[in-house]
Amino acid sequence: MTEFLRTPPKQSATFSNDQNAEIRRAAATGIYDIRGGGSKRKLPHFDDLLFLGASISRYPLEGYREKCATDVWLGTRHAKQPIHLDIPVTIAGMSFGSLSGPAKEALGRGASEAGTSTTTGDGGMTEEERGHSRTLVYQVLPSRYGMNPDDLRRADAIEVVVGQGAKPGGGGMLLGQKISDRVAEMRNLPKGIDQRSACRHPDWTGPDDLEIKILEIREITDWQKPIYVKVGGARPYYDTALAVKAGADVVVVDGMQGGTAATQDVFIEHVGQPTLACIPQAVKALQDLGLHREVQLIVSGGIRSGADVAKALALGADAVAIGTAALVALGDNDPSLEAEYRRLGTTAGAYDDWHEGRDPAGITTQDPELFGRFDPVLGGRRLKNYLRVMTLEAQTIARACGKSHLHNLEPEDLCALTIEAAAMAGVPLAGTSWIPGRGAAPY
Amino acid sequence: MLHATANRLDAESVQTFDLAARGLRALNETLHALKGQPTNQTVWEIVNTKGAHAIAVGLDAPLDVTVRGTTGYYCGGMNKQATIRIDGSAGPGVAENMMSGTVIVEGDASQYAGATGRGGLLVIKGNASSRCGISMKGIDIVVHGSIGHMSAFMAQSGNLVVLGDAGDSLGDSLYEARLFVRGSVKSLGADCVEKEMRPEHHALLEDLLRRGLAEGKADPSQFRRYGSARRLYTFHVDNASSY
Repeated sequence: MTEFLRTPPKQSATFSNDQNAEIRRAAATGIYDIRGGGSKRKLPHFDDLLFLGASISRYPLEGYREKCATDVWLGTRHAKQPIHLDIPVTIAGMSFGSLSGPAKEALGRGASEAGTSTTTGDGGMTEEERGHSRTLVYQVLPSRYGMNPDDLRRADAIEVVVGQGAKPGGGGMLLGQKISDRVAEMRNLPKGIDQRSACRHPDWTGPDDLEIKILEIREITDWQKPIYVKVGGARPYYDTALAVKAGADVVVVDGMQGGTAATQDVFIEHVGQPTLACIPQAVKALQDLGLHREVQLIVSGGIRSGADVAKALALGADAVAIGTAALVALGDNDPSLEAEYRRLGTTAGAYDDWHEGRDPAGITTQDPELFGRFDPVLGGRRLKNYLRVMTLEAQTIARACGKSHLHNLEPEDLCALTIEAAAMAGVPLAGTSWIPGRGAAPY
Repeated sequence: MLHATANRLDAESVQTFDLAARGLRALNETLHALKGQPTNQTVWEIVNTKGAHAIAVGLDAPLDVTVRGTTGYYCGGMNKQATIRIDGSAGPGVAENMMSGTVIVEGDASQYAGATGRGGLLVIKGNASSRCGISMKGIDIVVHGSIGHMSAFMAQSGNLVVLGDAGDSLGDSLYEARLFVRGSVKSLGADCVEKEMRPEHHALLEDLLRRGLAEGKADPSQFRRYGSARRLYTFHVDNASSY
């Protein structure tokens, strides 16, 4: 009976085993945890939204007979040559350096076959991705690694990166294990150093300067190319408005679930806003300026399925971008590699030490033995399949809501499962007409 | 190759472009159209600039361009091959990300002169403001006067020559660029240290001074060399206070 005399051991919610393990790790190593990917914490997300579907008050479209278009134009505001994509799911910027050459090739192959674009990253443009990408977006980043006017001109669009969702206010990071000869040459850096990119652009500060920087890029490219501005999910209303004021054709808003090749875990988990919270603010900024749909909005950060695509578009986005999901489609964190993940001290689904360059899938590595395992043709086919499934799923939902184009989806088609999601997304809590923060609708 | 621009501006061969009358877009499109074309329209003079931004950006031909007057941001940005002389002072980001060719500023230059430049030569005959040569990646910059704070921040490669003084935090987080300063340095940035001037550096500096139109203005023996201590190339917790 002695067990009734003692209080059972009780773990602290504040000092949890995970938290304590991190304290011990920090005490032992003296360095913060660096990892890849986006926020892993449970956040209000698209899963907290539902489509209402059609019934008597709305009528649906026939699943296999009535058309539901999926195409999107990007860059119609100023560019002489705006981009036309078959589907509104694009591939987000990921650098050669963080990814292997074959992985970049696979992204180009898959995106091109599915009729969409892919994007360079913080390492310049490689022949693999230019050659295999029908539509390629070229990023202008603070580091300017590999930046040159010829690549600006052979890109199909240009994306000025101000920030990213995983680390709004942070610069790129690529640790020495991945600075191979080729990566070092492209970035003009000594081989094997721990590269930490600047967080601010070297030749402009603030929105007024950005406007002039965009002017310069337009002049260099003779106003041919759409110019995107990408921001992390910090202050989406103001950042979107300022990007538009600076002359952006397209604004890309990346929420905190958006991935990175490498940064501090504390940055990923504690800076920035969830994607769901960012979209209505960005849309509101465009609407207040009278430019919603004229300046296109691309949303990224945690997009996984056609349902996520449909929800993002219903909230007002013109397109979405995927990064982590595309890597998973290529084979990242695949359970078939479980034995190798175990040897790295992790498990399939949890592997995020992309910065160490030991990826058994051959995707986030510069090790020739490892990236030699990765088949870019097969990877491209897998990505194409995945993009097509996402599109079909989004079409399924849109037809069920009676929409003949994915862009006809609207907030009115949605309800929220939680008060938090209702408040962030600006749609009613399921079963009510209540949008927290806005008061009740008169019906 | 530096052309003696002023001597070549004879009335027959110079193409005069009135920026106020014809506009920026027409200027850059006209100059871009000369890429790879057999043309005798290689000498240009741009007038009525009125501090405009993005003058003569993205050129890619062996042109000889004189900009009459002071410029706004990014004059000569991403230049390839061309020689661009600014007959006045230059706004921020002059010759940013230059690939090759030459940009000469007769007056002073504002912030970020030669930022991220990957090649070619930038000559500033006056002073340069803060962040001169920031993130430079192979460009050579010769400043006849002094430079402001945070110059050569994260400079990766290339050479920065300063005949005058340097402001605070010179060469902060420097990679492999070489910095030569004749005058005083107010302070060095993180991981930037003075290094020995060896004979090869004297020879290099002599060449830079000659190409930078500063021959006779200064002697290589008057300069000190600064470079990276390379302590921050690999993260170590004991260096955390430097970050």
